[in-house]
Amino acid sequence: MSGDSPFIIVLLAIVGGALRVSTPFMFVALGECLTEKSGRVNLGLEGTLVLGAMCAYAISFHSGSPWLGVLAAGCAGSLLGAIHGYVCKLPRVNDIAIGIAMMLFGTGLAFFFGKAYIQPSAPRLESFSLGAWTGNQQIETALQINPLLLVGVVVAIAMSWAFANTKWGLIVRMTGDSAPAARAMGVSVDMVRFLSTTAGGFLAGVGGAFLSLFYPGSWNQGLSSGQGLMAVALVIFARWDPIRCAFAALLFGATGAIGPALQSVGITQGYYFFNAAPYILTLLVMIASAGSKQAARNVPGELSITK
Amino acid sequence: MSLLNVSRRSFLQGTAAGLVAGATGIRSAAAADVTIGIVYVGPRDDFGWNQAHATAVKALKTLSGVKAVEEENVPETDACAKSMESMVNLDSANIVLGTSFGYFDPFMVNLAKKYSKVEFRHAAPLWSADKHPKNLGSYFGYLNQGHYVDGIAAGLSTKSNKLGFVAAKPISSVLSNINSFMLGAKKVNPNAVVQVIFTGDWSLPVREAEAVNALVDAGCDVITCHVDGPKVVIETAEKRGAKTCGHNASQAPLAPKGFITGAEYKWETFYKAYATALGKGEPLPNMLAGGYEADMVQNSPFGAGATEAAKAAATTAIADLKAKKPIYVGPLKDNKGKVVITKTYDNLDPFLDQMDYLLEGVVGSIT
Repeated sequence: MSGDSPFIIVLLAIVGGALRVSTPFMFVALGECLTEKSGRVNLGLEGTLVLGAMCAYAISFHSGSPWLGVLAAGCAGSLLGAIHGYVCKLPRVNDIAIGIAMMLFGTGLAFFFGKAYIQPSAPRLESFSLGAWTGNQQIETALQINPLLLVGVVVAIAMSWAFANTKWGLIVRMTGDSAPAARAMGVSVDMVRFLSTTAGGFLAGVGGAFLSLFYPGSWNQGLSSGQGLMAVALVIFARWDPIRCAFAALLFGATGAIGPALQSVGITQGYYFFNAAPYILTLLVMIASAGSKQAARNVPGELSITK
Repeated sequence: MSLLNVSRRSFLQGTAAGLVAGATGIRSAAAADVTIGIVYVGPRDDFGWNQAHATAVKALKTLSGVKAVEEENVPETDACAKSMESMVNLDSANIVLGTSFGYFDPFMVNLAKKYSKVEFRHAAPLWSADKHPKNLGSYFGYLNQGHYVDGIAAGLSTKSNKLGFVAAKPISSVLSNINSFMLGAKKVNPNAVVQVIFTGDWSLPVREAEAVNALVDAGCDVITCHVDGPKVVIETAEKRGAKTCGHNASQAPLAPKGFITGAEYKWETFYKAYATALGKGEPLPNMLAGGYEADMVQNSPFGAGATEAAKAAATTAIADLKAKKPIYVGPLKDNKGKVVITKTYDNLDPFLDQMDYLLEGVVGSIT
């Protein structure tokens, strides 16, 4: 193994990193994308992610079935999303403030109930490798793929298609772009946003299940370390397009692997800089893309951050 | 959270006192009884720093006449002062132990001034005689001796001669653990190199897992770490088929196939010393620190990853450390070729606490 060139090792680590790390970002970003498309911002998805991780681990531990854990994480996430969706329809309620409250509520709840699950070991999700045919152990490990990643990609494609081609997609987009127009069409704006936030919460919860049941694959309180918040930012980066959300998540995972990979092959100077690679890259792409007229057109018109 | 605990504790204490009074009428606590209050920054079962303390407190509770009150997940804010104050006022703690770096200044310093009859001790070398009250003090263990033993066992358990070290931040205590681990490995296996990856913070589970994957991909077959909760590092390495050495507490249950041994604190020694001195009414030392020679650090029992040769060499090394045989035998160069340690230093020499370099044999950089 040590005969491989450092370049190959770093390249493999980046590909592997994209496949390993990106899934939670993808799910949270897709959930947030759906919510924001309907005209509401849910900043609480960090809390949803953490609570999802805890529920998935706990249910997997008690039931012995990790997939049941994934389902439980989604349900816990939709519950938090539903609370956010309900509270925000009350008059004079600010969705950003409620989002922050829900974030603290979600993490607090997860830490409180999660205490008992730090020590025990729960069954994890199985994965399969796309690289098994190569016979090279390194490639095989780098190309380990969890079914949830594929689910995320399918959801991204389905969402993108549904936004463009279905009546439901049109209703969500219309609610997000102009509430008066939606009301004129006889659509209940509050109901659409409630359902979108709930569904968005479900996706974010499933993202949490990936954290505790696959990678890094254990429950502890520092598990998310802000990934939910970054994923919310990724939606803006991806300009409210589900497919671009998926790519943004993969890119974020890939660049996140650069720091450790470079240190492992002996390029050790400036690791703080390389560890910051995902954020620097995000900034650069934002600056490069934000100037275009197209970018302004993609923003849902009802979002409280842009109004 | 802390409010809940306080009210629960005061409730329990109230009922207990009532029961005692009701049963005996007059009996109060015997003079020799000692109550130890201890505050943790994280959960008691984190497979790391907090668990190491909690294990010691559990052992302490078995002593007769010693009572321990614990509170976990206390942040390094005013909350820790409130927890400690309630231990003094509600539980009549004779000594309060703060186990997190940020508890010391200003919280424990102020409390020590306010409650001059109560002893306060803090688990990091921050106390100084000219600045701080006399009822305050510090205690800490030289964990680098445990990592040195780890290094010896790892050097004889590796096949690729590449050992991986996942470290949080390049501060002196971390660097001293890395250097000691390398010196141990080099002593028994001159071909061994230690590859270090700094993650940048104490608890970043995803990046820690990435670091382990990167090290294993680069050919390392033994992984160890200095991060807050070693759980993710040990589990990821085990999944990748690499052997592991632990840190802070025993992680042996997490790696049934590859665990070699681990560097652990033995806080039990400190806490029993405090309890005994308080029970006898003797003054407590303001500074209590040591390594193997004072039975203040230990190594986890050998796991399935340790070879017979490794076990034998590690056991000898422990005996050597108990006999105060030095780890840092000068002159030693840093990994840029400059001589940084000119002579042989005693294991507890303050010069070694100021470490800001990685020695030759470690691949990595602190900037």
